[in-house]
Amino acid sequence: MLEALRRPPSHGAIVTELMRPAAEWELQSMIAKLVSQKRSVEIVGHGALRNAGRAVRSSVVMSTAGLKGVTLYEPTEIVMSARAGTPVYEIESILAARGQMLPFEPVDLGPATGAPGGALSIGGIFATNFSGARRIAVGSARDHLLGVRAVNGRGELFKSGGRVMKNVTGLDVARGLAGSWGTLAVLTEVTFKVAPLPQTMLTLAYSGLPDDLAIEALTVAMGTPLEVSGAVHLPKSCASRLQRGKLKGIDQSVTLVRLETFSTAIEARRDKLKSALAVYGTPIELDPEETWTLWSEFRALSVMPFSTETSLWRIVTLPTKAAEIVFSIRKFMDAVAFYDWGGALIWLEVPSAADAGAADVRRAVATHGGHATLIRAQPEVRASVDVFEPMRPEIERLTRGIKFAFDPDGLLNRGRMYANL
Amino acid sequence: MPHIALPEPDVGVLRRRPILIEGLRNRVGMDLLILDEEGRRAYETDAFTAYRRVPMLVVLPRTTDEVSKILKYCFENDVKVIPRGAGTSLSGGALPSEDAIVLCISKMNRVLEVDYANRFARVEAGITNLAITAHVAEKGFFYAPDPSSQLACTLAGNLAMNSGGAHCLKYGVTTHNVLGIKMVLIDGTIVEIGGSVLERSGYDLLSLVVGSEGQFGVITEATVKIIPAAEAARPMMIGFRSPEAAGSCVAAIIASGIIPVAIEYMDRAAIEVCEAFAGAGYPLDVEALLIIEVEGSENEIGILLGRIAEIAAKHDPKTVVISSGPEQSARIWAGRKAAFGAIGRISDYLCMDGTIPLAQLPHALTRISQICAEHGLKVANIFHAGDGNLHPLILYDANAPGEAERAEMAGEAILRLCVELGGCLTGEHGVGIEKRELMSAQFSATDLAVQMRIKTVFDPTWRLNPAKVFPLGLSEGLRAGNVGSAPEAA
Repeated sequence: MLEALRRPPSHGAIVTELMRPAAEWELQSMIAKLVSQKRSVEIVGHGALRNAGRAVRSSVVMSTAGLKGVTLYEPTEIVMSARAGTPVYEIESILAARGQMLPFEPVDLGPATGAPGGALSIGGIFATNFSGARRIAVGSARDHLLGVRAVNGRGELFKSGGRVMKNVTGLDVARGLAGSWGTLAVLTEVTFKVAPLPQTMLTLAYSGLPDDLAIEALTVAMGTPLEVSGAVHLPKSCASRLQRGKLKGIDQSVTLVRLETFSTAIEARRDKLKSALAVYGTPIELDPEETWTLWSEFRALSVMPFSTETSLWRIVTLPTKAAEIVFSIRKFMDAVAFYDWGGALIWLEVPSAADAGAADVRRAVATHGGHATLIRAQPEVRASVDVFEPMRPEIERLTRGIKFAFDPDGLLNRGRMYANL
Repeated sequence: MPHIALPEPDVGVLRRRPILIEGLRNRVGMDLLILDEEGRRAYETDAFTAYRRVPMLVVLPRTTDEVSKILKYCFENDVKVIPRGAGTSLSGGALPSEDAIVLCISKMNRVLEVDYANRFARVEAGITNLAITAHVAEKGFFYAPDPSSQLACTLAGNLAMNSGGAHCLKYGVTTHNVLGIKMVLIDGTIVEIGGSVLERSGYDLLSLVVGSEGQFGVITEATVKIIPAAEAARPMMIGFRSPEAAGSCVAAIIASGIIPVAIEYMDRAAIEVCEAFAGAGYPLDVEALLIIEVEGSENEIGILLGRIAEIAAKHDPKTVVISSGPEQSARIWAGRKAAFGAIGRISDYLCMDGTIPLAQLPHALTRISQICAEHGLKVANIFHAGDGNLHPLILYDANAPGEAERAEMAGEAILRLCVELGGCLTGEHGVGIEKRELMSAQFSATDLAVQMRIKTVFDPTWRLNPAKVFPLGLSEGLRAGNVGSAPEAA
């Protein structure tokens, strides 16, 4: 898999040097050398995210894949530390053996962006902060991050946070690095909160609801104290891609609500939820096995079409605005939407265009509130269109200041988030 | 008590006081200013009362625009600003200096917008923590972080300190419950970071601001998550013969897959004082007491408490009491929540706030007792056991010569112990002035340089709440206004 890293990311520069540090001290000395030579470097894990967002144009690639292994796991304190290159599947299997999990259900964009599936590293999760369905109940990857060790663009190894849940000692630099896409520092080790696997789970599936009514139903569900742990709406075009179980081949939209709790409590919660949602129809109930499989599929966005002829957007908005945003974008293009987080997150696939539909997508989002990120598009489109929401001047000033504080020469993942940063 | 050094005031600034008063009066009017000494004296300290400094003047703005004008004026005239909410900091986070202006936003306390469908509330940051919940409770919602001072403390202070509370095991601390802020930078620039949606685009500046102890800007508005309240909640009490038994019981509960909303630990000294004060019904013949609260429907609560009792039975408990109803629940919590006040009635005390890994609890308690004994002092321990946050209350007599200093020294040794055991200096009270010099025990020079550079991005001349959080020696050049003196790693 690592050999693939020698190839440039789509629309990147020719890679002449691939660095694979096997230890933190080696990574630091490699970065320090690059700093002394003022050479820029593309930071990757196993390459799962390399085709997502903007490409880095750098002839040097550094992979953290050699930094592997869980360094601390205390199930009774629900805390784990792992070196940044540790594959997520390894971490999840170690957790599962002790009846625990990564609560925020990390999303693997590999399959959606033409990279191999299962290549996601734990560092990549926190560097991008893409969380899955359970985020609405328990918080994001960033919320679970407790501490980091990292090397910044000055070649300095530093730590922030720690291994305890409550820690306000100094600035929360660890969470500040979440979602910075390796542009401030290279994570070498991360410490995070884990959670017990639920004893049991079920899904209620409501069929045939139009987008706006479906979001309304999810909003009602999220307003109950039943601790709904997943609230997804699949319009017909996504629902018809479901491959397994009771929902296979369904020819209409499906709105899904997941409950997780103790086996002695789940039936009562289900009945309460059904009664709260009675006006939206009679649901199909999915058992624990089917629930597990179905929601695992969402983590790879496998209900999306993923044609090579399309672009993929990630839109974060208010649930009550989600259907309106999709409706207004659909006036201009044939968009496929997958609503997660009760409508607060929209994965939107649109036909390829010179700007990946950016003008219309951004206008719709600006009107209704929220922000949009271009995840996948033709390489030349991602190079020319703003991938992240353009910044207001005062935020850009602070953003540049932060980048300078960590990486004054702009060596780490240059251009990964913004063209000129 | 001269243990913690405070910088000498800038005489040049003190001399300019009449001019500065005039300048501020012209910009925001006389009504917002407190000039007389008696009035200013009310702001001379916070809840870390051993240290007092009367500020040059106090200003109480009502709008973001006024905050902007005040900060811009202070920036242009090179005056330090101490942001303040309700002044409940336990670490001296709101301690003024004689040459500084206190900017108190307690008048900005309105609820601006509540959106139940999207589950957020937008408020002015001077609102008290509890007032947010009070505003949304009727619709069955609440704001989750619940610091003990929640009746008085402001959201602005909670944001500055990233405050927690007893129930954050399940719901997280302030940083998990805030979506966006409006903040005024020292040069008067108004910035909006985040909004009402769940996540932010670009760098997570909000993560950096929350917990920055008033050093980055003055937060005037915030959008926070509101959460549907559980149908019901109920605590149980379990008394143990040893701290070891209590600690392993907590570990066993979490290992079983149950994450209660709160797990509170009290040692014998804390139990006795709280029981005498509140009549909570605590057992007096145990070495350690756990108060464990779960929530859900009545049926679920019964099941969970039953399972916890089964687990506890394997750890040789002396007492197991499941609350019989709301009245007993209130009494159980009243004892715990009154702990600081109850101990304050019998003695002066210093409340420490270190965090340790749970497995280290028995060892930590033994060492804490030893440390306090070595300093000739007694200690009572309260512990948020679920998340490792330990509050040793070091008892001393402020009137006995040298005791206060000895208490501070014992406290310092305890915090160093927490770091040594894999924990940290402060779980929820913040660094303030109290733990400023101890930062070097937890962080390397490089770690601190990384943090101080971020502070410099937001406040290039170090005028906002300076002389806090970072060791004085490290921040000296920056506080003197040498922008180019950003610390380099040693």
